[in-house]
Amino acid sequence: MCTTDAKRIGVLYLLFATFMALWGGILSVIIRLELAAHGPHIITDASFYNALPGMHATAMIFFFIIPAFTGVANFVVPIQIGAPDMAFPKLNLAAFWILPPAAILTFAGFFMNSLPEFGWTAYPPLSNSVYSPIWGADFWVIGLILVGVSSTLGAVNFLATVFNMRCKGMKMFQLPLFTWAMTVTSFLILAATPVLTSALLMLTFERMFPGVFYFFNPAGGGDPILYQHLFWFYSHPAVYIMILPGFGMVSEVITVFSRKHIFGYVLMVWSMIAIAVLGFLVWAHHMFATGIALEIRVGFMFLTMLIAVPTGIKIFSWLATMWGGSIKFDTPMLYATGFLAMFTIGGLSGVVLASVPVDIQLHDTYYVVAHIHYVLVAGSLMTAFAGVYFWFPKITGRFYNELLGKVHFWLTAIFINVTFFVQHWLGMKGMPRRYYDYDPAFELANMVSSVGSVVLFLAQFIFIANMLWSMRNGKIAEGNAWKDGFTLEWQITSPPDHHNFHHEPYWKPLIRQHVGPDQPGGLWHRYDD
Amino acid sequence: MASQNASLAADSMVGEESLGVSNGKLGMWAFLVMDAMTFAGLLAGYARLRWTPGSDWPLPIEAFGFTGIQLTALNTFILICSSVSMVHVLAEQMRGNMERAKKWMLFTIFGGLVFLGIQGFEWTHLIMDMWPYLFDEGYEAAYSVNFAATFFILTGFHGLHVSVGVIYNLIIYLGLRSGKITKDDTSVVEIAGLYWHFVDLVWILVFTFVYLI
Repeated sequence: MCTTDAKRIGVLYLLFATFMALWGGILSVIIRLELAAHGPHIITDASFYNALPGMHATAMIFFFIIPAFTGVANFVVPIQIGAPDMAFPKLNLAAFWILPPAAILTFAGFFMNSLPEFGWTAYPPLSNSVYSPIWGADFWVIGLILVGVSSTLGAVNFLATVFNMRCKGMKMFQLPLFTWAMTVTSFLILAATPVLTSALLMLTFERMFPGVFYFFNPAGGGDPILYQHLFWFYSHPAVYIMILPGFGMVSEVITVFSRKHIFGYVLMVWSMIAIAVLGFLVWAHHMFATGIALEIRVGFMFLTMLIAVPTGIKIFSWLATMWGGSIKFDTPMLYATGFLAMFTIGGLSGVVLASVPVDIQLHDTYYVVAHIHYVLVAGSLMTAFAGVYFWFPKITGRFYNELLGKVHFWLTAIFINVTFFVQHWLGMKGMPRRYYDYDPAFELANMVSSVGSVVLFLAQFIFIANMLWSMRNGKIAEGNAWKDGFTLEWQITSPPDHHNFHHEPYWKPLIRQHVGPDQPGGLWHRYDD
Repeated sequence: MASQNASLAADSMVGEESLGVSNGKLGMWAFLVMDAMTFAGLLAGYARLRWTPGSDWPLPIEAFGFTGIQLTALNTFILICSSVSMVHVLAEQMRGNMERAKKWMLFTIFGGLVFLGIQGFEWTHLIMDMWPYLFDEGYEAAYSVNFAATFFILTGFHGLHVSVGVIYNLIIYLGLRSGKITKDDTSVVEIAGLYWHFVDLVWILVFTFVYLI
């Protein structure tokens, strides 16, 4: 609990993230059960229902996805660059331990019967002291500020680690792609999160001193659109904070399981940087319906659609990596390829939503819900699974159960589609999101979606059982567990020792060819133990 | 034995730097980028509220009463002086004059404290005399209340930074006095200096925006 070893802190992050994923999952299942049929069912209090989508989103975004990626990165990044630990081990521990109290604060409304009902976006005036005069909302805002502090401290640590602790011989454009992804993500966090913090600070002051501080309340000369600008200046890059590490993981998984080097490494790195830069220039596409000038909307539409270019480059590079490889379809690879297929759906619905006229029509409908879940569940969640299965032998020294892993994958992949695909249809037919009840015409599709969500949720217990069982009883994994791993973490023991390497590693760029480790010119980096 | 040697070897690797600057300095730069973005968010809010149609923004020169802009200009000068004395701390440390380094450090801390004191005086005056509507509901605001809101959040957030900086500098001073920071650990003082100069730089921006424009 008080270790400063990045690997153990990484595991702490993963445990915390798993716990919060279950919590967020339970909330989503309650939402879906309520919506399974028209009319009130399990929730009699509409205002309690009203709070659930926001709480579900908060749990999943701030306490599950981002910490889960940080957890894997804490374990893997220092090893991939040949470092003994992170640059600031104590800061690393502090960044983790901010999270549990932040979670308690954020969800304190559940204990005090004062749940904030303004969604995860907390738009004023809905979130100001007039419309949400409850303690739960204050705690929620402060909890989110704390999460921001935690993730920025983490980002500072990752940047210092990657830039300054690389082993001898390793240049920036020789970093493994997962490490690159974490570097770019850390830049995003560093530049975006503080802006949310500033908005939340202003919101806190407006809430705490009603009638004195007016930032967003139009009654006092404030501007609610200002909040939305500041909020989305963080929260749009945040979707890339939630997917770029996944891109990195998929790059690692696909290279190892295709037994080929990545296609277009340099382009992969630059497209990640391009995604990050463009990610900052598109925030107002969340605000097409707020009445901002048409010229501005068109500009943001253009920039938003432009993001499809670097993303497309990455998708095609992964496909080209698999092309002609001798592919092994173990669970991590299944997740990586499943991600490729389903993330493409999420990406395409994103291009649809980027179009101003379409967005005006589909704004705040279930189509948006479908889009974000295809991006975050079929994207972030599946890549996180790919990463966790992929590095599980490295983390624990044992293999997970392959059969259970495959069952888990197929159930997850199928029921993600069952749950979310019909929501496109619901949205196009005009079902609004976040509503307690709906037109009876939407009943069948909602039922399908609800059944899907329950199965999807239950399927995750296979994963948890598999991990718990395999931690003790799985097949012993050797250092290079997948036999084809060529980054540095596969050249040391599983699990790694305290300072990762027994002697200082050095990195020698080799021409990666499709041959075994004992043959000269193979795809293994040199680290002789 | 072998594993002991291995862990010794591993320990010696901790702190190996590939860029040639210390981790601490790189970390501080990254932190300052983050901090600059927080101020940028607050300043963006200020700009939006001020340059909006019908904002009825008061002239700063009239809005501050008898403490006026002059007092804050003096305060700005004091903060800049404390930044200069911070440079002297490092310079004296590099020359090995630890006694003089300590004295300059005390001067820096003193500068920070004076800044906070004057700011506290100014806040008290503004809250009690100039903007009574803040606490008394009977009073009507004479103009846009956004002026007071942005004023307090910007100068308050900066004041928080100065307070943290004073504590930080105090820790460095104690380190210098107890001999824990020797003439060779210039990096520690340099990093504290980065933070202090940043606080100074941000103040110049805040001062320009809130008081001068």
